[in-house]
Amino acid sequence: MPDVQSMVLEFVNKLRKRKIEGSQATARCTVELLRSVISHHRVPHANQASALIDAVKAVGAQLVAANPVELAVGNVVRRAAVAGLDLLDASDDDEDVNGKGIGYPAMSAAVVAAAARSTLRPPSLQTLLEGTPESATAPYTSSSGADSESKTADKSSITRKLKHDVIEGVNQLIHEIAGCHEQIAEQAVEHIHQNEVILTLGSSRTVLEFLCAAKEKKRSFRVFVAEGAPRYQGHLLAKELVARGLQTTVITDSAVFAMISRVNMVIIGAHAVMANGGVIGPVGVNMAALAAKKHAVPFVVLAGSHKLCPLYPHNPEVLLNELRSPSELLDFGEFSDCLDFGTGSGSPLLQVVNPTFDYVPPSLVSLFITDTGGHNPSYMYRLIADYYSADDLVM
Amino acid sequence: MESRRNPRAVVDPKVRQVGFFTSSQPDSTHQPDPIASESHPVASSISPSGNSLSPVMIPPPRHNSSDTFLLRAAAAAASAVSPSSFSYSTRRDFPDGSMTASPGRVSRASFSKPSSSLPGVGMDSMAAAKSSSVPASGLTTVSVVNMPPGLSEKESDQKKNSKPLKEKTTKAERRALQEAQRAAKAAAKAEGGKAPLVSSGSVASTNVKAAKPAKPSSQKNDVAVAAPGPSEKKGGQTEKDRKKDAPHPRMQYDDESRVVKAKRRAVVKQTEAKNRVELFRHLPQYEHGTQLPDLETKFFQLDPMHPAVYKVGLQYLSGDISGGNARCIAMLQAFQEVVKDYSTPSEKTLNRDMTAKISSYVSFLIECRPLSVSMGNAIRFVKNRIAKLPITLSESEAKAALQSDIERFINEKIIMADTVIVKHAVTKIRDGDVLLTYGSPTAVEMVLLHAHELKKKFRVLVVDSRPKLEGQLLLRRLIKRGISCTYTHINAVSYIMHEVTKVFLGASSVLSNGTVYSRVGTACVAMVASAFRVPVLVCCEAYKFHERVQLDSICSNELGDPNAISKVHGREDINYLDGLTNNANLQFLNLMYDATPSDYISMIITDYGMVPPTSVPVIVREYQKEHSLV
Repeated sequence: MPDVQSMVLEFVNKLRKRKIEGSQATARCTVELLRSVISHHRVPHANQASALIDAVKAVGAQLVAANPVELAVGNVVRRAAVAGLDLLDASDDDEDVNGKGIGYPAMSAAVVAAAARSTLRPPSLQTLLEGTPESATAPYTSSSGADSESKTADKSSITRKLKHDVIEGVNQLIHEIAGCHEQIAEQAVEHIHQNEVILTLGSSRTVLEFLCAAKEKKRSFRVFVAEGAPRYQGHLLAKELVARGLQTTVITDSAVFAMISRVNMVIIGAHAVMANGGVIGPVGVNMAALAAKKHAVPFVVLAGSHKLCPLYPHNPEVLLNELRSPSELLDFGEFSDCLDFGTGSGSPLLQVVNPTFDYVPPSLVSLFITDTGGHNPSYMYRLIADYYSADDLVM
Repeated sequence: MESRRNPRAVVDPKVRQVGFFTSSQPDSTHQPDPIASESHPVASSISPSGNSLSPVMIPPPRHNSSDTFLLRAAAAAASAVSPSSFSYSTRRDFPDGSMTASPGRVSRASFSKPSSSLPGVGMDSMAAAKSSSVPASGLTTVSVVNMPPGLSEKESDQKKNSKPLKEKTTKAERRALQEAQRAAKAAAKAEGGKAPLVSSGSVASTNVKAAKPAKPSSQKNDVAVAAPGPSEKKGGQTEKDRKKDAPHPRMQYDDESRVVKAKRRAVVKQTEAKNRVELFRHLPQYEHGTQLPDLETKFFQLDPMHPAVYKVGLQYLSGDISGGNARCIAMLQAFQEVVKDYSTPSEKTLNRDMTAKISSYVSFLIECRPLSVSMGNAIRFVKNRIAKLPITLSESEAKAALQSDIERFINEKIIMADTVIVKHAVTKIRDGDVLLTYGSPTAVEMVLLHAHELKKKFRVLVVDSRPKLEGQLLLRRLIKRGISCTYTHINAVSYIMHEVTKVFLGASSVLSNGTVYSRVGTACVAMVASAFRVPVLVCCEAYKFHERVQLDSICSNELGDPNAISKVHGREDINYLDGLTNNANLQFLNLMYDATPSDYISMIITDYGMVPPTSVPVIVREYQKEHSLV
């Protein structure tokens, strides 16, 4: 299937060049790609489910390596694998375990590190390694109903049926990703009161939909938008908010602290939510969160379920970050004599730091609003356990 | 004093009817004699030299007002001033420590002590009185120079007497002051309505004093507030109008009638920005870039404006001069020019006319850009010096003295202060440090350069923010000197804070509750630093300290050009907001300053040494003392 391979490569390229931005867009593209991978995958006679899973994971590993900061890719790959894993129980072969064991070395170092973390859940891994088929995922998958259903399915069910089921699961995932905005926006009126003043930061479609949903329900409130230098996505958000008739005020990022005392709530969209309840968001979010904490302003994070990442972060400010071009901050023309363009004349006097993301520790977050409702940061690990199987922490 | 007491006896019931002076009245009835005898020698020793015109006794600082129009003043003053002149003379005694002289005064002093620490306050209000009462009387001269006497006279009058006062009085005092002014006006109106303005300034300033004892008994105060109401209503309309005309440095721009009036007399015709942020209606916001050509064409119509002041004003307006020190020095140098070219008009005294002139210049500068605290303090200093010029000096001597005073202020309070700060701050920089600074504070820049000269090995992180991007200028200067720098924007400050060992910040002003009032964003940086347990050091000259207090960045601030936010300089691809600037739903807020709470600040480095933010009020007090004694 050269066409699938080329599609994968094309997508990997796009990811690598950061042509696709925003976790939602990336997630959707990833799932669609996975769906075509699955549907084109020629399934061997034996060990059908695990072969499928391997195929999904192999593609997933490529995608993750292409943009390791875009956690949504890994998230949906894991979710897709869960869809397959549910079926795995049906086709109980020892080989699938072996297959997975072989899969490990191919993983990137980071993923192996994540694998080490999953040893914290000994029962799962043990059962996995011992090959006790009854298994693997049952206690850890959310869809235990589907589990039993697939168990009842005839072991000798035809390949088509199995593939169909997996694709069905993946379709469900696509549907979920597409629908998460509405699900979250539905809860808007429960959180926004009349005459509220809301501060937001960066440009997030989830936030946009959330605010507009409250507006449509005839709430009148005002929004302060921090412009979010150096990408100025706040301008983009402000434009859309104004187009929908919301009272919008654009402020500079430096005025966040000055204005936060008059703000009733900070609402931001997350780039990713980590298993400890920490949030990775657009740069500047940590500052807003600290200011909100200082003034006891609720700090609310909106996140679709595809943003929930099962990994626990270590030094995420640096390790899960990405530095963009200095040209966004400094005009190369003006500072050409000070900047080292890689021509290497000793150590340059001037360095420019332009990170993309910011990490907000869970202690600064008041509330997560996901498509399943509102949650505390301390509850996120449980929510995440619902979505992912323990085995899939490693891809 | 006798000559004054005569009319007072006549007016006495009126004063009582006004009802405000309840607290001081007992005093004045109890001990008019000690006071009279007390102020007699002082006043009489000076007044002969100053004016042979009038037999009226005037306490020294007011004594300058004794020229042709003193009679008017005296007539007006007589109606309302009696308690004021009285309290004034008492106040004069405080610094001398002669408080024990009369029993009445002692009781008074002890009475007011609980309300505030007396020596400091006495000194303050004394300075205020000097800078306010003198200009007040000098004002008529301006009106002669200028235009319709009514308006201009009133406006500058009000400005002068209210500016230094407002800044240092508490709310209750301010209210008392207003009432006093009203009362004085009403009384004067009843008298014949002749130039009560002149007296109102001094009455107001002195009544701050009178009001203080009344503060504890708020009930009395309420009565006093209620009393002047009707009498004011019947007569005070035009007076009120004129009084309100004054441009106050901290004028509240949400008061429409005031704004309309302020506009009518403004030299700089600023167009109000249409789309304003609701929270900031009390601050002026103008369309930028429209006034410059307008002002340029006006140059020849503004005859009383000194070219040097005009130039500085234009530079403020266009933003060519920014930064507390630079603005202050530019203004002071312009004033030096003014002094140099000054010649006293006939039939005027130098002190009064000069103060009036300076005041009109200051109001022009305010129109160009709101004063910074540093400038306010400098202006207070200049006026204080003018007021204290001995009358015996000839004009050229006085001018020379003033010029050297201003020179000394620039040298001592700004330039020397900076070198002392540098000396202190450098001791805090060690090899291997990573120092973070925000914006382009001049004091910090000097510290860094000096540390570099001392061959200390350190790295500088320059944090910058839109829309001014002042950090780039600092970056360029530091790199030119060979200091290794990292540049980033304010959003990334929590990303780089890990590696920082110390944060050095500048300040536009340090307020007496320890709040650091500085370039917007400073608070963010300080907050993140303290969250990461990085010490925050603020470098600020002591002349920028102010006894005002502030809790947030909203009550008092300055608004910049809103269009600077919608357009991103040098990034043509960011044009999302083009064409939306006139949308009623979209506002741009370009704050210039913010207030950093004192809990984020580890240390303030000033020319008096390195102090914690809790010690700011002490320095403010000491500084004021030194200031008024100089």
